[in-house]
Amino acid sequence: MSNNGKAELTGALYIDGDHAAAEGAIAAGCNFVAGYPITPSTEIVERIAARFPGTGGTFIQMEDEIASSIAIQGAVWGGAKAMTVSSGPGISLMMEHIGLAAMTEVPCVFVNVQRGGPSTGLPTLPAQADMMQARWGSHGDYEIIALCPNSPQECFDLIIQAFNLSEQYRVPVMFMMDESIGHMTERVVIPPYRDIPIVPRKFTVRPPGQYRPYEPEDDTLVPALTKAGQGHNVHITGLTHDERGYPVMSAVAQDKLIRRLVGKIRNNVHKITDVRADGLEDADVVVLSYGITSRIAMRAVRMARERGLKVGCLRLVVVWPFPEQVIRELAERVSVMIMPEINMGQMVLEVERCAAGRCRVVSVPHAGGTVHDPKTIFHAIMEAAG
Amino acid sequence: MTTTSGGLQNPVEQYLRMDRIPHIWCPGCGIGTTVNCFARALDDSGLNLQNLAIVSGIGCTGRVAGYLDFDSFHTTHGRALPFATGLKLANPELKVVVYSGDGDLIAIGGNHFIHAARRNLDVTVICVNNFNYAMTGGQVAPTTPQNAVGTTAPLGVVERPFNLPFLADSCGAVYVARWTAFHVRQLSKSMAEALRKDGFSFIEVIAPCPTLYERRNRLGTSLERMEWYRDNSVIKNGADTRECDIVFQDKIVCGKFVDRERENLIEATRAKQEAARNR
Repeated sequence: MSNNGKAELTGALYIDGDHAAAEGAIAAGCNFVAGYPITPSTEIVERIAARFPGTGGTFIQMEDEIASSIAIQGAVWGGAKAMTVSSGPGISLMMEHIGLAAMTEVPCVFVNVQRGGPSTGLPTLPAQADMMQARWGSHGDYEIIALCPNSPQECFDLIIQAFNLSEQYRVPVMFMMDESIGHMTERVVIPPYRDIPIVPRKFTVRPPGQYRPYEPEDDTLVPALTKAGQGHNVHITGLTHDERGYPVMSAVAQDKLIRRLVGKIRNNVHKITDVRADGLEDADVVVLSYGITSRIAMRAVRMARERGLKVGCLRLVVVWPFPEQVIRELAERVSVMIMPEINMGQMVLEVERCAAGRCRVVSVPHAGGTVHDPKTIFHAIMEAAG
Repeated sequence: MTTTSGGLQNPVEQYLRMDRIPHIWCPGCGIGTTVNCFARALDDSGLNLQNLAIVSGIGCTGRVAGYLDFDSFHTTHGRALPFATGLKLANPELKVVVYSGDGDLIAIGGNHFIHAARRNLDVTVICVNNFNYAMTGGQVAPTTPQNAVGTTAPLGVVERPFNLPFLADSCGAVYVARWTAFHVRQLSKSMAEALRKDGFSFIEVIAPCPTLYERRNRLGTSLERMEWYRDNSVIKNGADTRECDIVFQDKIVCGKFVDRERENLIEATRAKQEAARNR
């Protein structure tokens, strides 16, 4: 891999999504990555390993994904911006630590380059079948944010957004790529880093003795962070805790903590939501999609439009929190929503929940291994349009 | 700060979160004794204590982090070491201590233990070995001596336990010692030495669990156990760690077994990067 020895890469590159995600992380200020090799995500850690000596970052290949997913959290408490990278089997091993990051409010990014599953499944072939796992995989009640890029360019752009959201809300952010995006090579334009908006970490301004790690210092529900070595002597635990970070085993403490952890996302869904609409104004049929499937869906929609059908597209860029309000409003004015996804019907369950019978919802499932044939989606549109 | 009666402050109080005392450990438990030794070792270590971070896993000893008034992290079961790895690499100025139990560090965390030692991560690991899973009620562990009983091995353990000093030694630890909760002076001195090492330093502390392990195995009260430790420990500094196996109710070999120098992970990484720049 050529980087010309420069810490900052700008200009037009011809790279795949995995490499673009690595570059986006670097541009976002990520300076700690722990990972473990797994297809089809390995190229991300390889590029990070090659690039970090030049950017001043620290990469470590850990002994497994469990270790990787908590090493990054130690690194955040050491002051770093951190991510880990994996695919299905590795992400499954990381689940306990996604819960830890949610519980202890550690800003960090988990990249999942999705492949066919369950189990070892299809290591070299795409799927989008980890969407519900991303949201619900760890035990207990919590909220995370998940983004879905649909091109190498978006792997670069949106992973920066993933880091920014993780800092803003102090949550783990799931970056949901898939094998086809990860291994697709396209033109990727990297702007000068100074032009990239970065959300800086919100560090406490309170002196030792007055800082309480889980007490919001402003009117958001998001407490300010510190790092080890500042004299704050924080105690951080995965147990249910009070504002001081001390364990408290009571229903009262649990209620207060969990409502805040969930509330800091649920109260801000409108700010976090990112959907991209195309031709929705007079649409009667809407194709909903995310990630690589949005590109296949667009082809199918064009085929339908060529036949005079009024078909719109709505792409979910932020998949979690689910854009409930957008779907509810859309359901009021269209007759059918069609949702192709490379799984047996996961996000479509959310669509059905929000549509609540106000319009028809059609799932176009695919077990994985390749993307949809555009004709399959086209036929679903034609059938739905009657 | 709360002080003990008479207005005199216990010298270890300055290192404790006194607002969290009383602690959860049972009367006669050995963990508190080790924490006392650790607090005294901090006095002797010469460390800048603002840079001290304590990382624990889950279990009775996993609660140590919560009582020490430093940056302290009570992580997930078995994962204190990989957490410590990220913490130390992100800020090499920190002195990171992993303080946990035998089940946490060696069973569920065993893989991380051997790799942290192999890498020579600059971290001090204190493993309180009470020979069982105490927090969950006395199940056997990979450290339980053969023939001892636990709730999950009512007929007695058939598996051979780990010899922790040998495990740490063979993986490349730069400092390896074992003491019992009876050997408070030696333990405290050993902890201070370990804290001053620039690499993976490991101390095993054999400690009584009167509520579960000692009771179920009819080994007497904690006081009786202290007497037993006194009478049955053999101090052999520099002993071959292969000869430090724990055998049920047999002699316990104690002492400092390993004290050597080896380039640590951060030093080795910096040297490699420096060499690459000069190519």
